[in-house]
Amino acid sequence: MTPATATTAPSAARTNGHASLKRSRRWALYTSYFFLILFAIFFLAPPYYMIVTALKSDPEMARMETNPWFIADGATLDQFRILLANTDFLIFFKNTAIVTVLVVAITMVISVLAAFALGRMRFWGSSILATGIFLTYLVPDTLLFIPMFQIVKALGLLNSYWGMVLVYPTLTVPFCTWIMIGYFQSIPKELDEAALIDGAGHIQMLTRIFIPVALPGIIAAMIFAFTVSWAAFVYPMAFLYSSDQQVLTVGTVTSLIRGDVYKWGMLMAGALLAAAPPLVIYAFLMDYYIAGLTAGATKG
Amino acid sequence: MAEVNLRQVVKKYGEVEAVRSIDLDIPNNEFVVLVGPSGCGKSTTLRMIAGLEEITSGDIAIGGEIVNDLPPKDRDIAMVFQNYALYPHMTSFENMAFGLKLRKFSKAEIRARVEQAARILDITELLDRRPKALSGGQRQRVAMGRAIVRNPKVFLFDEPLSNLDAKLRVQMRTEIKRVHQKVKTTTVYVTHDQVEAMTLADRVVVMNQGRIEQIGTPQDLYHHPSTRFVAGFIGSPAMNFIPCRLEPNGADMRARISDTIALPVPADKAARYRPAAGREMVLGLRPEHLTEPRHNGQNGGCDFSVALDVVEPMGMETMVFFTVNGTEVCARVEPSSAVAAGAMMPLRANMDHMHLIDPSNGVVL
Repeated sequence: MTPATATTAPSAARTNGHASLKRSRRWALYTSYFFLILFAIFFLAPPYYMIVTALKSDPEMARMETNPWFIADGATLDQFRILLANTDFLIFFKNTAIVTVLVVAITMVISVLAAFALGRMRFWGSSILATGIFLTYLVPDTLLFIPMFQIVKALGLLNSYWGMVLVYPTLTVPFCTWIMIGYFQSIPKELDEAALIDGAGHIQMLTRIFIPVALPGIIAAMIFAFTVSWAAFVYPMAFLYSSDQQVLTVGTVTSLIRGDVYKWGMLMAGALLAAAPPLVIYAFLMDYYIAGLTAGATKG
Repeated sequence: MAEVNLRQVVKKYGEVEAVRSIDLDIPNNEFVVLVGPSGCGKSTTLRMIAGLEEITSGDIAIGGEIVNDLPPKDRDIAMVFQNYALYPHMTSFENMAFGLKLRKFSKAEIRARVEQAARILDITELLDRRPKALSGGQRQRVAMGRAIVRNPKVFLFDEPLSNLDAKLRVQMRTEIKRVHQKVKTTTVYVTHDQVEAMTLADRVVVMNQGRIEQIGTPQDLYHHPSTRFVAGFIGSPAMNFIPCRLEPNGADMRARISDTIALPVPADKAARYRPAAGREMVLGLRPEHLTEPRHNGQNGGCDFSVALDVVEPMGMETMVFFTVNGTEVCARVEPSSAVAAGAMMPLRANMDHMHLIDPSNGVVL
C-alpha cells in the first residue's frame, strides 16, 4: 500500500460520514418542522377563529354564504363596544380580578408556610402529611361541589363572590404546596444551618433566605393559582346566580347565550378579553414558570 | 475566643452509635483537626459542637459554659461548610453582613467588620458579586469571611476544601493557616484528608468508628502512633504492615518476615519487645525507612534483595513495590537508583523507625 492510498482512504470515509451526518440532520429538521407547523396550526386555529369572529359584524355572521374563516365586510370593533357598554362584562371582570388576587394571596401564604414546614422541618408524619395534601388535589371539583355547596350555604356565602375566595383555595393550595415542597427540598440543608448559626429564627430563615431563593418556584405556584382561579367554572356555576356577583367564565356564557340564541361575536370578544390577563402574565413569567416546575419535578 | 471541652459525649441514631463517649479538651486559640475515614463520627462531633445535632448524653462546654441545650445562634460559633452554603441571592457583602444584621449591629460597624475581613481574605473587589459569579476558591473565602466578621469564640470547619481542585486545595490550606495565625480563634476543623490534618493542625484527633484513636501533634502521630489504625491512616503512602515472627537472637532479637529475611531489632527496642518474643506480630515500617542501602541509617540497617513488582516514578522520588510472603510492601528510593520492574534490587530497612504491632488488638507496642 502506498502512502498516498493510505491517506486518501480515511479522508474519503470521513467525508462520506460527514455527508451522511449532515443528511440525517437535515431530515430530522424537516420532520421536526413539519410536525411543529402541524401542531401550531392545530392549536392556533381556535384563537384565530375567535379573533376573526370577534371582529365581524352580526349581519355578516348571519349570512350563510360567507367563509367563516375570513372577514368579508371589513373588521369592526362593534362586538367589543356592545360587550363593554351594554352587558355586565366589566362587573364580571372586576369580580374575577378581586377573587383571583385574593385567592392567589391566600394560596401563597398558606402553601409557602405549609411547604416550608413539610419540606424543611423534620417532624413525625411530615412526609405522610405531604402525600396526603397532594392526594386531596386528585379529588376533582365536579365531585367536591356538592358537599362544598352545604358548607358555603351554611356560611351564608351562597351567591357571593366571597364564597369563591373561600372555595378556590381548595383547588389551588394542594398543588401549590406540592410544588413548593419540591422546591424547598431542593435547597441544600446547609443553607438553613448557616442561617441558624448566623442567628436566624425560623421566620427569618423563611422570609430572608427561603422565599428569595425559591422565588422561581413561588412564581410558578402563583401562576398556577392565578390560572385555576381565573378559569374556574364548576364552583361559580354552582354557587353564583346573580350577575352582580358572577365571574367571567360563567357570566360570559350565561349572559350571552339566551336559550338557543348564541351571541357569537360578543362571546368571542368576551373570551378574548378574558384570556388577555393570563396571556400577559404567562408571557412575562414563562421562564420562571418552567424553571420552577422543572426544579420541583427533578427533585423526586 | 474560648476553650472547648467535650465530656463523654455520645450520639446515637436509634440503635446506631455514631459517636461513642469521647472526651476532648481544646485549649483557647488551638487549631484542632478531627480526621478519620468517612463514617468515623468526626462530622457528627463537629455538628454537636455547633448545635446542629443534639447530643444523646455527655456535656459540651464552650468557654466554660455548658451549651448542651443552647441553640446554635447562642453558642457564639461560626461554621464554614463543605459546599460553602452561601446565600445565593445575596452579594458577598450581604452574605458576610447577614449574621451581623440579625444581631442588630450598626451599619457602620457592619461595614467596618466586613471590609476588615475582606482585607484579611483579599476579597475586597468581590464584595458586590453574587456567589454565582465567584469561583470555588473565592466562594470559600467569602464563606470564611462570613465566619470571621462575627468574631466568634470558635470557628468550625466541616471539610471546607473537599469541593476544590487539588491545586486550589493546597492554596486554600495555606490561606486557612494564615488566617488562623492572624485571628487566633479556637478552631475545630474536620477533614478526611490526613495531609490537610498534618499541615494545618496544632493537634490532630484521629477518629475511627465513633471513638478517638489518638490525640497528638502531627509529628507525634507520625512517629509514635499508638494503634495500627493511626499508623496506617497518617502518612502517605501508608505504612507497610508486614507479618513477622519475633525471634530471640542471643541478647538481641530479630523480626523474621520471610524464610530468607530476618531484620535485627535495635537494642533500645529489644527490651521493650521481649515479652512478645516467639509470637506472630506485625512489623510496621514506613516506605521512607525502606530505601536503597547507600542512603540509609548506619545503625539498625539491614540489607536484603527483592524482585520489584511495580515501579512508580514520582519525580523527586520513586516508589517501588514488592511482595514479602504475600504482603505487598512499598519502598521509597532515589530515582537514580531505581531499577526496572521485574529486576532484583538491594534495599535496606532502617529498623530504628520500626513499629511492632500486636495483631490481636492492633496496639503498637
